Amino acid sequence: MNGQPSALTVFVASIIINNILLTNFLGMCSYLSISKSVRPAAGLGMAVVFVMTITSALNYLVYDLVLLPLGLEYLRFIAFIVVIAATVQLVEMVMEKYTPGLYYLLGIFLPLIAVNCAILGVSLFMVIRQYSFVTAVAYGAGSGLGWALAIVALAGLREKMKRSRVHPALEGPGITLIITGIMALAFIGFSGMVPV
Amino acid sequence: MSTIKALRKNVTLSTIRRGIWDENPVFRQVLGICSALAVTNLLANTLVMSAGLFFTAAMSSFTVSLLRRYTPRDVRIMAQVLIIASYVICVDLAIKAYYPEISATLGPYVGLIITNCIIMGRCEAFAYHNPPIPALLDGAAAGVGYSVVLTFIAFWRELLGFGTLFGHQVLGDGFTHWTIMVMPPGAFFMLGITVWLFRGLLPPERRD
Repeated sequence: MNGQPSALTVFVASIIINNILLTNFLGMCSYLSISKSVRPAAGLGMAVVFVMTITSALNYLVYDLVLLPLGLEYLRFIAFIVVIAATVQLVEMVMEKYTPGLYYLLGIFLPLIAVNCAILGVSLFMVIRQYSFVTAVAYGAGSGLGWALAIVALAGLREKMKRSRVHPALEGPGITLIITGIMALAFIGFSGMVPV
Repeated sequence: MSTIKALRKNVTLSTIRRGIWDENPVFRQVLGICSALAVTNLLANTLVMSAGLFFTAAMSSFTVSLLRRYTPRDVRIMAQVLIIASYVICVDLAIKAYYPEISATLGPYVGLIITNCIIMGRCEAFAYHNPPIPALLDGAAAGVGYSVVLTFIAFWRELLGFGTLFGHQVLGDGFTHWTIMVMPPGAFFMLGITVWLFRGLLPPERRD
C-alpha cells in the first residue's frame, strides 16, 4: 500500500478532480434523462450517494473476504452486480418501512440505480486501484457526491436553457452533451488542487 | 412459399436496418454512451470494445430469447443481467489473453458492458418476446449500430488529438495536436456534434 493517497485525498479528488461523470463518463444514461429539472435530479443524486457508499463497502468485503481467498476474482462482475441489485432492493424495503418520507422522495429512483453503471464502475475502479477499505468507502462516497454535484448543476443549467432557441437537431441529448463538455472543461481547472 | 420467404427476408432486413439506423442505440436513443465516451480516444481500443459489445449483445439476446419461456416475469431482469454478465466475463478473459495492453487501457469499461443499457434494452424490448434467430439478429444489429458511431467518433478524436490513425502518423509534424480531443471534454463535444450531425440527416418529423 506504499504511495497510496490518503482517504481524505481520494475523497476530495473523486468529488471534483476525478469526477466519476465528467472524467470517467459513468452513469451517463440517467444523467441525460433525469436532468430536466432540479428537484428530481437532486433526489436521484442523493440516492446515488447513499447506494454508492454502501455498495462500495459491501463489494470491498465480498471481494476481499470471499473472492480473493477462493481465487475467484474473475467472478467479480457477477458478484458485484448481484450485491448491487440486492442492496438496492434491501435499501428500498428498509426505507419504505422506517423512513417513508425519504422513501417517497427517492423511491422511484432506487430501481433505476441498480443499472446505473457508475455504481458498478466505482466497485471495479476500487479493485483495480487496490484501495484499502477506508479509502474505498471514501472513494464511493466522494464519487457519489461528485455525480450528484454534476447532475444538479446540469439540471440547473437545463432549466435556464428552456428559454433559449436551440437548433432542432441539436435539441435534447445533443446540446446536453455539449453543455457537459463545457462543464468538464471547467472542472479540469480543479486539477492540481490536490496531488493525486 | 416464395411470398413467405420474401416476407422473412424483409423482416430480417428491417430488423438489421432498425438496429443500425432507424433506432441506432447511440445517436437515436442515446443509450450506452458511457463507453462511447470513454474508449474513443484511440481507434484500436474502440474496435476491440465494439467487438466485445457486438458479441455480448448478439449472444445475450440469443440466450435470453432461448430461455424466454422458462424465465418467470418477476426475476427476468436479474436473469438477463446474469446472462449478460456471463458473456462479459468471456469477453474480458478473451481480451486479457489476446490483447493484454488494450485490456489494461480499457480498464473497467469491458466489465461495464454489463450495465450498458443497449444490451439490457434489446433483451427486454425484443429478445424476451421473440424467437432466438431474430433476437440474435436484433442484438447483432444494435451492436453494429453502436460500433459504427463509435468508430466515427474515435476516428476524429484520434486524428485530431494525436495526428494518428491506429497509431500510425497520418498528419505531418506541422500539425498542432488538439489535445482537448483526447481529454474528457473532447469526448463530450465530439459525441454532441455526432448526435447533432446524424439527427440533422433525418427528416424533421422523425427527430422526435
